[in-house]
Amino acid sequence: MNRSLRWRIVLTVCVALLAIAYVLPTFPSLVTDGLKRILPERQISLGLDLKGGMHLTLGVDVKKAVANSMAQTGRNLRDEAREQKIAVFRPEVTPEGMLTFALLKKDQQKQLEDLLAASFRQVQIVNRADEGNDRMVYSLALKPEDQTNLEKLTIEQAVKTIRNRIDQFGVSEPDIRRQQDNRIQVQLPGLDDPERAIQIIGKTAHLEFMLVDDTADVSKAVQGVLPPGDALYFLHKKLADGTISKQPMVLKSEVVLTGEYITDARTQFDSYGQPYVSLNFSDRGAKIFERITAENVKKRLAIVLDGAIYSAPVIQEKIGGGRASISGQFTTDEAHDLALVLRAGSLPAPVEILEERTIGPSLGQESIDKGVLSALIGGALILVFMIVYYGFAGIIADIALIFNILLIMAGLAGFGATLTLPGIAGIILTIGMAVDANVLIFERIREELRKGFSPRAAVDEGYSRATLTILDANVTTIIAAVVLYQFGTGPIRGFAVTLTLGILASMFTALFVSRILFDYWLKKRPANAALSI
Amino acid sequence: MGLRIIPPDTNINFIGVRKYAYAFSIILILVGLISLVVKGGPRLGIDFAGGTIIQIEFDKGLDIDRVKSALNDVPLSGLTIQRFGQDDENTVLLRTSTEEANPEQIRAMVSEALASNMADTPFTVQRLEMVGPKVGADLRGKALEALFYAVLLIAIYISGRFEQRWMTSAIMAGGLAGTIYVLQLMSLPTTYLIVAAMLITLALCWYLKLNYALGAVVALTHDVIVTVGIFSLLNKEFDLTIIAALLTIVGYSLNDTIIVFDRIRENLRGKSGKSSLSRLVNKSINETLSRTILTSGTTLMVVFCLFLFGGGVIHDFAFALLVGIFVGTYSSIYVASPILLGFGPTLPDSEPEDRERAAV
Repeated sequence: MNRSLRWRIVLTVCVALLAIAYVLPTFPSLVTDGLKRILPERQISLGLDLKGGMHLTLGVDVKKAVANSMAQTGRNLRDEAREQKIAVFRPEVTPEGMLTFALLKKDQQKQLEDLLAASFRQVQIVNRADEGNDRMVYSLALKPEDQTNLEKLTIEQAVKTIRNRIDQFGVSEPDIRRQQDNRIQVQLPGLDDPERAIQIIGKTAHLEFMLVDDTADVSKAVQGVLPPGDALYFLHKKLADGTISKQPMVLKSEVVLTGEYITDARTQFDSYGQPYVSLNFSDRGAKIFERITAENVKKRLAIVLDGAIYSAPVIQEKIGGGRASISGQFTTDEAHDLALVLRAGSLPAPVEILEERTIGPSLGQESIDKGVLSALIGGALILVFMIVYYGFAGIIADIALIFNILLIMAGLAGFGATLTLPGIAGIILTIGMAVDANVLIFERIREELRKGFSPRAAVDEGYSRATLTILDANVTTIIAAVVLYQFGTGPIRGFAVTLTLGILASMFTALFVSRILFDYWLKKRPANAALSI
Repeated sequence: MGLRIIPPDTNINFIGVRKYAYAFSIILILVGLISLVVKGGPRLGIDFAGGTIIQIEFDKGLDIDRVKSALNDVPLSGLTIQRFGQDDENTVLLRTSTEEANPEQIRAMVSEALASNMADTPFTVQRLEMVGPKVGADLRGKALEALFYAVLLIAIYISGRFEQRWMTSAIMAGGLAGTIYVLQLMSLPTTYLIVAAMLITLALCWYLKLNYALGAVVALTHDVIVTVGIFSLLNKEFDLTIIAALLTIVGYSLNDTIIVFDRIRENLRGKSGKSSLSRLVNKSINETLSRTILTSGTTLMVVFCLFLFGGGVIHDFAFALLVGIFVGTYSSIYVASPILLGFGPTLPDSEPEDRERAAV
């Protein structure tokens, strides 16, 4: 008994020291430089609801990515078919993401299908219909495995792009991760301009250069009558009062150059001090740009960003050197942000904000203060109550309770868990419930004492009888906490973690630590001394 | 010896008044359910219903009517404005159910309207939360699932632990999973699925004579329904933190119930015959009564502190816990044990010696 008691004390002291080592870094004012070298570095990390910041759930429109890919396949197919003199007419993408086109000469069916099998392995023919007039209408879809692959790549690419943009925007410790169902979770702690962050994250930044069809009748186009191969777009112009006017413009729908060839984008100022964005193209992009500008002198080239025309300057001469610029009535911030998103790359598909939670830093601090205040008052009440109610044994319970809270904090720091506002509530709840194990034991000891047992026998009996009850009772709460962790997000998980830690800690302190204190006390007394409980 | 709230020889006749307790519980549940039906279901917060909330703090004295008139012209559908937190906080909470505008537009519109119409009162946007309809529906489904799985796992654990019938509880889990699978094929909405699952769980407990689990599950279902009913009566909103509170209540209520059950089982050992079962159950409740009162008391004490000082964001959460702890304590005395008595606790004759081992 004596030896085991000594070992138990050593173990407890070790646990206590370890716990203190993990908790200390969270309170930098208590740590001296000398201590810093031996202590673990981890602090208790605060959730966004306490630190302030922004939580976003973005949905990636993978359908759009599939449609884009099919449209590209359509263009390639048309080009290759043309080279092989196969008459393919108007490849189009349906809303379901299928590529349809007409084969104008039925007897070329075999040639076409050979071409598809040879060069377009990612698609399969879902339907071919004889339309009469020597025409066959084909419907193509991505093969399932290619579709899954494309969707996966799209999300990965989106995560990468967003991470790029946020890194350049300058948020410390951002957390960007992929979730199920084509979702991306973005957490930006300590952010002070959420609107701008969303602007930067959410912009697809799909940049296209298209030629303006000056021969088309704009007024007819607005009514929906478009020449073949043309499309109606709008030039967005910011007016003096901040509203945006939309001027219709007819463009040739063929995209002559896209933003994928951009290597750099910077904000610059023109001679009037107006900001604009200058672009640098890669070698390949520079060549394409040079050819286009050479072929289209005196025509207008529209710069289309995410489906809206930013500007449509007239090409004065062939432009070599791989540079272009986007002007518009930008503010410096807008120009800066546009350059940032172009530099960081375009999103492979549009994203939609499915969920946003923004907490101001002052509210976070307020939550911490209030949480800590409630915990202190509640904890103090319990400490006093236990002593009043159980006397000496109450002091033991109080020591166990303080140890318990220390262990929860150490657990939070050690496992790198995040403390949230519900997490603080979890600690407070645990303070209330933590004494439960001790109450169970103490009540049992009292019962045994009433039966006439000696204090030592009563303590032994009380602990052994209460142990299983405590285990049973706590396992159910842990089950609830684990389920909570499984389904919960952010703050709720924080609650589940502190609840679980609290229960585990309370079992350890009640069954192990407070037992040591009892044993130590009993050892020092004569066997029949009264026990204050 | 320290203080004593419950004298050791207390013998309150809890079991004797069980019919009144049943009636009381049924009335509580009915009132809650009627309130739910009348109000067309629980009032869902934005976590589940989708929408946007904006919390705004004003620098000085807040006149809610001025805020309302300042925001009169903002074209947001279903905009409600209410005070938030304590009176000295000068904080309002705006809610919109609107899905037409994105949160940044809403933020801009509100900020602009307040800045121009209440130029003398500076303000800060402290919090903005927007949950889209898709995420809302997801969270709703997940929350119900969580409640259900918690109950199922706990039922299995209780049956296994108390009656050493792990196989039977495994059968129950299997039967339930199968039924749920079939029901899912019929593509019922999640709510009905969960209600069906709960009923099946109860029926299986009853059929397989898992009486401890039956008593516990009835008690915790009772607690959740009563708490939800009271929330509905008081027109309080359900959001994610309330689900967390409900799950905690489930855990707490069971904690309480199990301690009484444990004592019943302990007292059953050494007894033979069923002649004095009701007296035995009553004795067990009385023996654990002082622990029940004490723990509920300390827990209520801290949760009450949280309720008073924890601030607006945590207020409803603390309230749910307060209600839940009351109801959970009541139900372990007046619901769980009487039901166990009604269906007959299994005599632990074939029980292995875990208790003896623990007593060494």
